[in-house]
Amino acid sequence: MILARVVGTVVATRKDPRLEGKKLLILKPVSPQGKEEAGYVVAVDTVSAGSRELVIAVSGSSARMAEGCKDHPVDTAIIGIVDQVSLDEPRSGKQS
Amino acid sequence: MYLGRVVGRVWSTIKHPSLEGHRLLVVQPVSPELRPTGKAIVATDATGAGAGELIYWCRGKESSFAFLPEEITTDFCIVGIVDELRVRRTGPLASAPAAPPAAGGD
Amino acid sequence: MLISRVIGEVVATRKHESHEGCKLLLVQPLNLDGSNRGDALVAVDAAGAGVGDLVLLVTEGFSAMTSVQRPQSPIDMAVIGVIDALDLGPEWTPPGGFPVQKIG
Repeated sequence: MILARVVGTVVATRKDPRLEGKKLLILKPVSPQGKEEAGYVVAVDTVSAGSRELVIAVSGSSARMAEGCKDHPVDTAIIGIVDQVSLDEPRSGKQS
Repeated sequence: MYLGRVVGRVWSTIKHPSLEGHRLLVVQPVSPELRPTGKAIVATDATGAGAGELIYWCRGKESSFAFLPEEITTDFCIVGIVDELRVRRTGPLASAPAAPPAAGGD
Repeated sequence: MLISRVIGEVVATRKHESHEGCKLLLVQPLNLDGSNRGDALVAVDAAGAGVGDLVLLVTEGFSAMTSVQRPQSPIDMAVIGVIDALDLGPEWTPPGGFPVQKIG
């Protein structure tokens, strides 16, 4: 699973019938610190994520295990909206 | 799938039994302009491709489906021989590489 | 899925039997600024796309195979949608907007 931010939407009329009614969002992967990383992916939204929201996405065949995606041509799915990310304190530079 | 050119062949006596009788070819991935791109790979062949031929190949588990019901241990497989490429890079996104195609592509 | 531009067609007579009757497209995956993202790929067409169209490309086997009703076949990529519109947040919209319209 990856952390990602919703940065846009895609509209397609002519598409695989199994994608009818599915919302397609453009995601930018982000680091746990919230920094946007290189690359992007178009994902099917299963949790009604909104613009600029931080989400978790799953890719590969696991994406088809998301709600409503069984046997559908989906390679990345948004499966959660992130409320908060907390990270442990980074270790100090000194190694014991 | 990816475009590639057959640039060599691998012979192996001791190999996984499922590969018995299968040809292993060395494939150099190429761009639509037929320039080599990335590293060469070793692929099984489902088409009878020969040396120097332009082909397209499939990656991953899907590539082993070419031989079903036979189950082959392979991660790259040649699935088609290209007769003709019609490339048209036009408009604002036309950013075909500037250098001329390498002769022969291999 | 990746946003890609159809840049050509591939003609192949000798190919795996499961590819018979499939249109093979040459597609160039794109970045969000419209630049090329790596090399062009060969994908089967499941959306009736043509050269110049902006399309959705799946790069996962099951999705690709079933989109052309050929389960258990050596197909790892397919064009499964033609993009009509693309809405990017202000900071991601390239100057002049993303060229969605058919090119060529």
